[in-house]
Amino acid sequence: MEARSIYIKRFRVILKRNLSLMISFITLTAIFILGFVLSFFSPYDPRRWGTVPSDLPPSWTYLFGTNSLGQDIFWLLTWALRNSLILGFIASLAGLSIGIILGVIAGYKGGLIERIILFFADTFIMMPTLPILILVSSRIKGTLNMFILGLIIASLTWGMPVRNIRSMILSLREREFTYTALFSGSSFIKILFKEYFPHLLPWILASVMGRTLFAIGMEVTLAIFGLSTLNEATLGTMIYWANKYQAMFRGLWWWIGFPVIFILILLISLYLLSSGINEHLNPRSIRGQR
Amino acid sequence: MSEVKKYLISRIVVYFLEILFALSLCFIIIRVGPIDPVLEIINRTAAMSEYIDPESAESLRETLMELYGLKGSLLEQYEHFILRLMKGDFGPSYSIFPTPVVEIIQRALPWTLGLLFWTTILSWILGNFIGGIAGFFKERGWAKTLAGFAMIIYPIPYYILALILVFLLAYLLPIFPLGGGGIKYVTFSIESFFTYIRHAFLPGLSLVLGSYGWWFISMRNLAANTRTEDYVQFAEYEGLSRRVIMFKYVLRNSLLPQVTGFAVALGGIFSGALATEVVFEYPGVGYILYMAATRGDFNLMLGVLVYSILAVATATLIIDLIYPFIDPRIRYK
Repeated sequence: MEARSIYIKRFRVILKRNLSLMISFITLTAIFILGFVLSFFSPYDPRRWGTVPSDLPPSWTYLFGTNSLGQDIFWLLTWALRNSLILGFIASLAGLSIGIILGVIAGYKGGLIERIILFFADTFIMMPTLPILILVSSRIKGTLNMFILGLIIASLTWGMPVRNIRSMILSLREREFTYTALFSGSSFIKILFKEYFPHLLPWILASVMGRTLFAIGMEVTLAIFGLSTLNEATLGTMIYWANKYQAMFRGLWWWIGFPVIFILILLISLYLLSSGINEHLNPRSIRGQR
Repeated sequence: MSEVKKYLISRIVVYFLEILFALSLCFIIIRVGPIDPVLEIINRTAAMSEYIDPESAESLRETLMELYGLKGSLLEQYEHFILRLMKGDFGPSYSIFPTPVVEIIQRALPWTLGLLFWTTILSWILGNFIGGIAGFFKERGWAKTLAGFAMIIYPIPYYILALILVFLLAYLLPIFPLGGGGIKYVTFSIESFFTYIRHAFLPGLSLVLGSYGWWFISMRNLAANTRTEDYVQFAEYEGLSRRVIMFKYVLRNSLLPQVTGFAVALGGIFSGALATEVVFEYPGVGYILYMAATRGDFNLMLGVLVYSILAVATATLIIDLIYPFIDPRIRYK
C-alpha cells in the first residue's frame, strides 16, 4: 500500500515538473474520454454505410464531415479510437505477460532452460513481424476480430521483454537485499513480488504504453494490406477505406486527415508518457525498446 | 579447437536452427485457419479462367497438395515442405499465373534491397552522429530541440509517415512523382540514374526519418550516460580538448551497443520498408506482398515471408560475426 501511494505522489510531482509529460497525459485522457465515454453516445451505429449524406465537409451538424460511404467521421472516429486502444492493450498486456514470465524463468533458473528460452526469444525478435502477420491474417481472414488480432500480435512480439526482464532479474539477483531475503528464509516467489516488483514496475508501465503504441501502429499498417478487421471501426480501417476511395486526391481531406491527426496525437502522447515514466521513475535505464 | 572456431560454429548452428524454426512456423501457419488454401486457389483459378475441366482441376489439386506438402503423414508433410522451401521452390504465383514465385520475388528484390541498403546506412549514421552530439551537450537548447523532434517522429509508423510525405511533397507541392520506380529496364546512363533517385527519394526519406528517431534517441541516452563515466571525467582533468573527448572517448564507446542494436532493429526496418513501398507503389518486395495479400496468393506470400526471414537472419548473423572485430573487449569466449 505504501509503495503505491509513493508512486502516485511521485507521479504528481513529475507531471508538474515536465511539460511534455503533462501535455501527453492530458491529450491521452481526452482520447480515452472520446473513445470510452463519448462513443457510447453515438446517435447511430457509425459503421453502417449510408446513415448520413455523403461527402460533406466539416460543419456543426457533422463535426468532422462525412465520407463517400455515408458515414459520420466524428462518431466513426470515436469508435475507432476505442477499438484501436482495446486492440493495443490486449496485444501489449498479453505479449508482455508472456515475456515477463519467460524472462523471470530464464533469469532465475539459468542453464539449459535459459538457453532454450533465449533461443526462441531471439528467433522471434529477429523475425520480420509484418510479413508473418500478413500471412497469418490472410489465412484466417473471415474470422479475424480485434481480440484475435491483438493476441496474434502479442504472440509475435514477446521476445524483447524476455531479454529485458532476464537482464534485470540477473542484476537484481546479485544485489545484497536478495541475499538478506534469501538467508532470512523468503522463497523466490515472495522475493519476486515483494522485493523485485517495485524495481520492475516503472519498466513495466513504460513498456505497456510503448507496446500499445506499437500494436496500434501495426494494425494501421496491416490495414493497408486490406487484412485488418475491415468491417469493424479501427484507425487502420478508417485509413484503408479513405485510401480505397482516393480521399486525398478527390479533395476530401477530412476523410483521411482526421484519422491521421488522431493517430499522430495518440501515438506521440503514448510515447512521450512511456519514455517520461521510464526516465523519471527509473533514471538508470536506457530507454526501453519498443 | 580454438575459441574463434568454437564461437563461429556455434553462431552458425544457431543461425540454421533459427531459420529451421521460422520455416516450421510457416508450416504451422499454412495449416491453421478455416480457409483451405488448396480449395481457395482452385476456386480463384476457376473464377479467373472461364472453364476448368474436372480432370485439370484434379491435377491442379494434386500439384497443390504436393506443393503445400499436404500428402502423406504429418512428418512426411513437414519434411517435404521444409525441403521444398530450402530449394527455393514456392510453386507458381496465382495472381500472375504461371510465373514462378521465385522469379517474381527476384525481380522485385533489387528494388527493395537498394532502397533498404542506403536508407538504413544513412539513418544509422545520421541518427548516431547527431544523437551522440546531442547527448554530449544534453543541456543545451538546440540539443533539446533536436531531441524533441526525434521523440515526435519516432512513434509514427512508417506507413503514416509516408502518407504525410506524399501529401506534402507530391500532392500539395508536386516536387516528386507520386509513385512507381521510374525506370523499367536498367540502363547505365546519367538520365536513368536521376529518374531512379527522383522516384526513390520520397520512399527513402520516409524510411530514413522513420528509423532516424530510434537511432537518435538511443544514441543520445548512451552518450549522455557515457559522459558521466569516470574515465571521461579523468580525460577532462587531463586537459584534453573537448573534441577529442567527444569523438574518441564518448562517441566511440557509445557506438558499440548501437551495432548490436542494428541487428535488433533490422526486422522492424524491413517491415517498415514493405509498408512504405505500398504507399509509393514502389516496385519492390513490399508491393509484391501487397498484391499477393489483396489477391489471396498464398504461394507468393509464403515466398516473400521466407525471403524476408532469410534476409534478416543473414544480416543479423553478419553483424554478430563482425561485432568481435569492432569491440576490443570481446575475445570469443
